[in-house]
Amino acid sequence: MPHDHSPHPHRPDQDGPLTDAQITEIAIRELLIEKGITTAAEVTAEVATMDARTPAQGARVVAHAWTDEAFKSRLLADGTAACEELGIEMGTLKLVALENTETEHNVVVCTLCSCYPRNLLGLPPDWYKSRAYRSRTVREPRAVLQEFGTTLPEGVSVRVHDSTADMRYLVIPLQPSGTEHLDEAGLAALVTRDGMIGVSRI
Amino acid sequence: MTERVRVKSWMPPGHIRTPAYLRGKTGEIERRLPAFPNPELLAYHRPAPSVPLVRVRFTMQEVWGAEAEGPDDVIEAEIFAHWLETVPEEPQDAP
Repeated sequence: MPHDHSPHPHRPDQDGPLTDAQITEIAIRELLIEKGITTAAEVTAEVATMDARTPAQGARVVAHAWTDEAFKSRLLADGTAACEELGIEMGTLKLVALENTETEHNVVVCTLCSCYPRNLLGLPPDWYKSRAYRSRTVREPRAVLQEFGTTLPEGVSVRVHDSTADMRYLVIPLQPSGTEHLDEAGLAALVTRDGMIGVSRI
Repeated sequence: MTERVRVKSWMPPGHIRTPAYLRGKTGEIERRLPAFPNPELLAYHRPAPSVPLVRVRFTMQEVWGAEAEGPDDVIEAEIFAHWLETVPEEPQDAP
């Protein structure tokens, strides 16, 4: 994955002209504000809400599934309802939860765009939206996992989930051995975003 | 009992949620999902009746042929029902 090793984070200045899509967005936003349909403060608040979402919500769901077998069954049967049970605001998000096992590893991709369970995981990482990840994960998932440092033991099969339409996906990673003594908050702290996308094991 | 389905090989223009790499491929139904408004119409603000959504499981072998990285690994995707046709049960199924 692209990674800048220089000491100062650097993003090139955007000196080019606005794209058609950017001009359209500005025009529509300004019109909506002028007509009193929304306000600049509402737009800012919505952006702040989106930015505030983190993978902690998803981690909470996973940790609860690890400690409560009955909840895990409900989560696998109806991901949306199970998350609502935990008081998570799902909105229009329809969830399918996928359980990693000793013989099966799940990984999620959206080849058509960048569908992602934002309510549970926050904003998707840049690589999730890259053409390389989107095209290669369905073609050579094991090579992609390898590049994330994930080598699957012999006998583990790969299930790739292409998020093509209305469902969003959450991987329930295997609970690391030796963590049985931890409480739910302690377990949740172990659950990573990449583990819930399925590119890493925990 | 598995239900086998084939994805239609249509190549229409427009906002299509059926990935091209799965068109013409045969898989089995992993689960049936509720119906959702047809995105092919919804994207253009036309009346969009709901169409059942189906999760279909394909083997890598079926999708990529001899070049498959792990022939028995699988890809699952949501396909709208109007893109699917049923395939008669194969007489012998590999274990």
